Amino acid sequence: MQRKEMIAMLLAGGQGSRLGILTRNMAKPAVTYGGKYRIIDFPLSNCINSGIDTVGVLTQYQPLRLNQHIGIGIPWDLDKKNGGVTILSPHVKGGGDAGEWFMGTANAIYQNLDFLDSYNPKYVLILSGDHIYKMDYAQMLEFHKKKEAAATIAVLEVSLEEASRFGIMNTEEDDRIYEFEEKPEHPKSNLASMGIYIFTWSRLREALLEDRKIHADSDFGQHIIPRMLKEGQTMYAYRFHGYWKDVGTIESYWQSNMELIQALPTFNLYEDFWKIYTNSDHQPPQYTAAGAKLTCSLACEGSEVYGTANRSILGPGVIVKRGAVVEDSIIMANTVIEENAKIYRCIVDENCTVSQGVVMGAGENIPNENKPKIYDSGITVVGDHSFIPPDVQIGKNCVIYGKTEAQDYPDGQLASGKSVMREVMI
Amino acid sequence: MMRAIGIILAGGNNEGRLGVLTEKRAAAALPIGSSYRTIDFTLSNMSNSGISKVAVLTQYNSRSLRDHLTSSKWWDFGRKQGGLFVLTPYTTNADSNWFRGTADSIYQNMSYLHNSNEPYVVIASGDSVYKMDYRKVIAYHKEKGADITVVYQDMAGKDLSRFGIMELDEDQRLLEFEEKPIMPKTSNASLGIYVISRELLIRLLEEIIPQGRYDLVKDIIERFRKTLKIYGYAFDGYWSTVGTGICSYYSTNMDFLKKEIRDIFVNEWPYIATKAKDEPPAKYNISADVSDSIIGSGSIINGKIEHSVIFRKVYVSEEAKVINSIVMEGCKIGKGCVVENAILDKRVEIRDGQCVIGRSCAELAIVEKGKTV
Repeated sequence: MQRKEMIAMLLAGGQGSRLGILTRNMAKPAVTYGGKYRIIDFPLSNCINSGIDTVGVLTQYQPLRLNQHIGIGIPWDLDKKNGGVTILSPHVKGGGDAGEWFMGTANAIYQNLDFLDSYNPKYVLILSGDHIYKMDYAQMLEFHKKKEAAATIAVLEVSLEEASRFGIMNTEEDDRIYEFEEKPEHPKSNLASMGIYIFTWSRLREALLEDRKIHADSDFGQHIIPRMLKEGQTMYAYRFHGYWKDVGTIESYWQSNMELIQALPTFNLYEDFWKIYTNSDHQPPQYTAAGAKLTCSLACEGSEVYGTANRSILGPGVIVKRGAVVEDSIIMANTVIEENAKIYRCIVDENCTVSQGVVMGAGENIPNENKPKIYDSGITVVGDHSFIPPDVQIGKNCVIYGKTEAQDYPDGQLASGKSVMREVMI
Repeated sequence: MMRAIGIILAGGNNEGRLGVLTEKRAAAALPIGSSYRTIDFTLSNMSNSGISKVAVLTQYNSRSLRDHLTSSKWWDFGRKQGGLFVLTPYTTNADSNWFRGTADSIYQNMSYLHNSNEPYVVIASGDSVYKMDYRKVIAYHKEKGADITVVYQDMAGKDLSRFGIMELDEDQRLLEFEEKPIMPKTSNASLGIYVISRELLIRLLEEIIPQGRYDLVKDIIERFRKTLKIYGYAFDGYWSTVGTGICSYYSTNMDFLKKEIRDIFVNEWPYIATKAKDEPPAKYNISADVSDSIIGSGSIINGKIEHSVIFRKVYVSEEAKVINSIVMEGCKIGKGCVVENAILDKRVEIRDGQCVIGRSCAELAIVEKGKTV
């Protein structure tokens, strides 16, 4: 292989369990965002826009959708003869019959030493497939080189109140890191780690091999970074000043999507020089009928609107039929909202049918009885390939999954906080 | 498996019938239905019919067409077996540096025919919008034992003076073929789609070109109608051409506002492929008022749009009105503008308060590429 200056390793194996039903059948990086994208499109597009043409994508949890989406990397121009995108999955190692899951973020990289060594890069960029942002990694690499650092960690300035939710970098005046604290109760600094690291590969390689002997679940935040700091390695915080969102919970996911529909969104998808690429099977026109009312919304290719949609995101191929109302909601690809259905503050995943006359998302804001920590923001969520029968009333914080029938809704109702889980109808 | 190669005739600007719209582009490169170019339909038909080797013959203003075809992967042609060939006239030989007709354009690229071993050739023009499985036409061609099969459509009630009109016997064999007749004898119009065996095509071209005959229709179909077995294949699906004039270009685009026609191309497999553009979703802001229109991705809408076809990356400001119009990629329409019965070519800018109004669909106002009004 031709030697690469820097290659990226994208950790895409996480479930993202706080996204509830949305990550039942796919890993978090495969969850759709902004209608037509999937979360992983952002780091992948950032890579190619930054001139990084070799990316290893590490998958583990529910990788099918992710594999289908990435394919051989054509949408991101990552179908390359030398480099390009490679899916790296846990596997049985030669010389024995023992397979091993990726036990931690750093362990996952350790298990792919062969891949890295084959390119023998000077630097390695570690990314996660969980965040929405645009970033020029080439600038970060410049910084890393200038500082002659062993590791550079991208950080975001957050408020001190928020700081205790993040991994915090405590730095000298010139941003050299002297201490790392995971979710500190009394944060000393407001520089939050974004989970984006550049390592000088020889240094990281050494640390991975050493740490492997102590921690089977070797993790960057818990083990590798503290170890390298203790050894006195040169580590710098690289300040990032753009939009960056961890869409880790139902509410933050919904919120971040909704920010796109503001008249002047903080996160701009409409600029030409930093495009976000995605895999779409075709690019049909979007149709809005006479008598339809579509405002403050994003409408993707192939969606057809005959009813009303306001403050919503309509994915590719979505149909909103006559008399239907969609408000403050995210409707994902190929879902059909039948006549006179009313949907308020809901997330409806791909390939669903919401039958006529359904009212969803109305009622009291009672947290979900099974998973109150996941569904407590008033948002009702419908999993992919689900069916909702006609004329039922569904409350807030409900979860619906699968081909549900009239008898799943006693008295035609599903009260706030209730769940229905059935077989899917693929 | 019926193996065939494809030839798409995309050379012409259709004798200037499309005015400024084809001044700098071939008719096959004309934008259609918010996200396509005309040639996408024939290219996709070829690819979807299992034809993996296709030549596009270009001549007139092929830059925008070539730009569209820079990569063949969108139509699934980037293969070891087959591929997409864009063929232009040779400039090495002073005698043959320009195509003299449709048959000549194929003759000048004879090596494309010689270097294939597929038994059949599907020839189609690149300026029509339709969905067709050419495999069915080839099967029919074999079944009839035809030398040439010409696809036609019964266009009773339509203006036939722009078409080649075919008179067929009971068995669908061609008796007479008349190009653009004043008094058409039938309403069976040729759609410019032919199936012929590769070897026969080579033989015919080698015969007619040295005689100074260069036209596929006049010098092959018409001339050999009695001596060859030429059959008609009736196609009753949607078919429209943009090549016959501004009016047909306009109405073909407006057809995409009809659900049954959109469904053919957009919702029913196989899909029509086009060059990937990766624009974000269309954005409707608070003052958007859109009805009976298609909107291309990357567009931002603040004004009123009625019965119109809006392409990609169009910006429509507050209080602007766009009615019965086609607005191509990258146009900017300022505050309070009125655009009615108009075609705005790519990257047109209409300044605040300006109006571009055509009298009717028959008398459209047309603003050429890149102009500011």
